[in-house]
Amino acid sequence: MYRVRLWAVKRSRFMESLYNRFNPVILTVMRGVTKVFGKSLDRPITVVEAGVKGFLFDCKMCGDCVLSSTGMSCPMNCPKTIRNGPCGGVRDNGHCEVKPEMRCVWVAAWDGASRMKGGDAIKEVQTFVDSSKQGSSSWLNIIREDANDN
Amino acid sequence: MTTNLTPDIELVGTNPGDPLAYLPDHVSFGRFERILRAGRFAVTTEIAPPDSADPDEVLRRAEIFDGAVDAINATDGSGANCHLSSMGVCAVLTRNGYSPIIQISCRDRNRIAIQGDVLGAAAMGVCNVLCLSGDDVSVGDHPDAKPVFDLDSITLIKTIRTMRDKAQFLSGRKLDAGPSLFIGSTINPFAPPFEHRIHQLAKKIDAGAEFIQTQYCFDIEILKTFMTRAVDMGLSERAFILIGTGPLASAGSAKWLRKNIPGVHIPQPIIDRLAGAEKPKLEGRKICIELMQQIKEIPGVKGIHLMAFKQEKYAKSIIQKSGVLAGRKPWEPSDFDFTRQVPTKIALEKAVKRKTK
Repeated sequence: MYRVRLWAVKRSRFMESLYNRFNPVILTVMRGVTKVFGKSLDRPITVVEAGVKGFLFDCKMCGDCVLSSTGMSCPMNCPKTIRNGPCGGVRDNGHCEVKPEMRCVWVAAWDGASRMKGGDAIKEVQTFVDSSKQGSSSWLNIIREDANDN
Repeated sequence: MTTNLTPDIELVGTNPGDPLAYLPDHVSFGRFERILRAGRFAVTTEIAPPDSADPDEVLRRAEIFDGAVDAINATDGSGANCHLSSMGVCAVLTRNGYSPIIQISCRDRNRIAIQGDVLGAAAMGVCNVLCLSGDDVSVGDHPDAKPVFDLDSITLIKTIRTMRDKAQFLSGRKLDAGPSLFIGSTINPFAPPFEHRIHQLAKKIDAGAEFIQTQYCFDIEILKTFMTRAVDMGLSERAFILIGTGPLASAGSAKWLRKNIPGVHIPQPIIDRLAGAEKPKLEGRKICIELMQQIKEIPGVKGIHLMAFKQEKYAKSIIQKSGVLAGRKPWEPSDFDFTRQVPTKIALEKAVKRKTK
């Protein structure tokens, strides 16, 4: 939802502290769940993630979540899905060149990041989005990648 | 062959299309990089790609800049409108000795197509590449097309850096020969979020951009603020920054540009000046010349990117009158081994004319 997503960016400092508190919990739970159930609960987990993050951030389920590095503004809402924005076409009022009624996702992102403790993460270059992860749960992707790395 | 070479000609070579020798710390064989690294103030421009398959039309549009610019940008479906491709324009230009900057936008191709095109461009003798996100399909003449945007401008820079520096594709597969390209990107200091644009520039340079061309500059004060920060952060030392500008035809066209072209900022005083002028077109060129002179004086600026859209025929005189080249004459076509070129009528006529002189 557009309104909720603007609210989430405005409260980016608060959302960040929520994120920092709950993310490790969620990932721990995911690790436990996947240990016991394997892949059999992937679908419901993905639906829950899509519901929660969809409501708060208009999440597009790219499966490659970078919210904490983009001021709590989901870059996949950018019509050009730019992961290192903004582009040069931002309107004078800070709105999107493609959707004039929408605040530029990346104006919001830099704004949100400026209020966050770890906001400087937005200055790091984001690498290539992995399109093969589209539609999958980034929670599950993170724990499985960690497991593969170890 | 010319015998008494001036230092400038030694710098850039005389025979168009000749592969220039590598210089230490240079990444390409191109003249554009040489000019910048030699500390000269550079001027670039862009070619309006024709809606045509006729190579002569490309040369006709390029030759009006002869002897006035160091490189010519070949736009890649700018404004999301369909034209002769940047690859096609570059192929014709390099075969005739010109030094093009191939623009690659992320709108129309995914990483597989783009990496192939990067190799293709380098194989055609292109030495410079400009990485852009690209205008959205909705603003162009095919709004029903599928936008791609697999990469963004910054990941595109990283892609080409990977291909050039590591001689490999993004997949890690090895290249037999990497593309020797001088890599650039864009920045728009004149659109929000103003306070963060400088960090966006830093990200582009971190990703590997070696030169930068900006959006149209009509507001010197914003540019000064931006460049002061760029100098303070050391960014103007890490990349060559060229400032974009161009002549406005009238108050009406300035307003149209401001309203319809995303990210173009034109202050009211400039529009008032055009509106009050007896000959608005002439006034527009005067404003452009003044802007160029002011831009050159700003610390950290290494060149100007002149976008003379629909006024290309005035570009040469604008550059000459502005004096930004300080008497330096950029490369222009001269005698060359004709057998290496695309056999176009214009090139043939020119060669015959020179032989009979």
